[in-house]
Amino acid sequence: MPHDHHDHDHPHTLLPPDPALRVKALETILTRKGLIDPTALDEIIDTYENRIGPQNGALVVARAWSNDTFRAALLKDATAVMQDLGFYGRQGEHIVVVENTDAVHNMVVCTLCSCYPWPLLGIPPGWYKSDAYRSRAVREPRAVLADFGVTLPDETAVRVWDSTAEIRYLVLPQRPKGTESLDEQALQKLVTRDSMIGTGLALVPTV
Amino acid sequence: MTRPHDMGGRFGDGPVVPEPQGIPAYTADWHPKALALTVAAGALGKWNIDTSRHARELLAPKDYARFAYYEKWIAALADLLVTKDLVSTDELKAGTAPAGGGAKITAASMAAALSRGGPASRPSDVSPTFAIGDTVRTLRPAANRLVNGGHTRLPAYAAGATGRILLYHGTHVLPDSNAHGLGEAPEPLYTVVFPAAELWAAPEHPNDEVTLDLWQSYLEPA
Repeated sequence: MPHDHHDHDHPHTLLPPDPALRVKALETILTRKGLIDPTALDEIIDTYENRIGPQNGALVVARAWSNDTFRAALLKDATAVMQDLGFYGRQGEHIVVVENTDAVHNMVVCTLCSCYPWPLLGIPPGWYKSDAYRSRAVREPRAVLADFGVTLPDETAVRVWDSTAEIRYLVLPQRPKGTESLDEQALQKLVTRDSMIGTGLALVPTV
Repeated sequence: MTRPHDMGGRFGDGPVVPEPQGIPAYTADWHPKALALTVAAGALGKWNIDTSRHARELLAPKDYARFAYYEKWIAALADLLVTKDLVSTDELKAGTAPAGGGAKITAASMAAALSRGGPASRPSDVSPTFAIGDTVRTLRPAANRLVNGGHTRLPAYAAGATGRILLYHGTHVLPDSNAHGLGEAPEPLYTVVFPAAELWAAPEHPNDEVTLDLWQSYLEPA
């Protein structure tokens, strides 16, 4: 069997140790060589700072709460629904939506790296990428939920989804009680980022 | 057989610290640029997502543990740029390079690449041998069978475990092959569900479960 010959090959050690200087050096090299235009970097930063974030996922969840036909289509083939909504893209090529019920609470992790549904939730928060979340979510999800202030009833099973392939998972949280009169737009405000990862619940409206 | 990224189930990492909802704020000035450089360089098409994941996994365990998240990204990016002959070691040392031709990745081509994404589904000659509900066992040890120490997506905590096929996703690129330039080798991909008690000595609750997305060659009938 061939062996992984890159093991002792770490050219990055030629860069200065300070990460800010490393980034500056790579930016200088790649832009001067004409490989990357600086505006391409701005485009990426602007996309995930200002255009793509958890508001996309919140729209999907609120619509699923309000519209049974949409909800059924979403649970059957979420990728097709995302294409219709314009929420398809990098790190969201294969989407599966998993629904929380009284019987099952879903929670998403990527133990091997930090796979996350970017077109629906944006870039992941620091805790999602942390060693603590990656190591503990699969072994003790209820203790992790406690870190978020969430306690589930004993009748509810926890199902943790470890994103080991290119399938990206979005949790459809339970619709909070007392929201029957709210329209889709009002419901969107109750859908937090964490509720769509499964480390939180949707907010209860303040009267 | 493991590498430092394979940390599912590990003890000793402390609490998870929640953050405000919404779009996460960057915690250092260089973070957004580190993210953007990595994503833009990926669009040059000299490597695939499996190669770039493996480049991060190849960091020395002591560096993987002490580097901040985006530090891993830029270290792996520098390694890939040299391995794929886009940047020389002299250029890395100098921190600059002679001016080259027109920019290959522009704002417009980048925006198009972000919307287009990179689906992993491919047609394949390999037929699914498992059906929804079948009982399967994962390989043990969790390791790349094509390249010793190579990339794989079967975590160590789930090696040799018995579970049930929950979902079938069609045929997808096999990372164990694709990360090493050995071809996409698409094959059936399943979601397999495992009782927590199958994976952990002290599961928190008898009804809890963990699912993993696993390729057919990671599985055998049980």
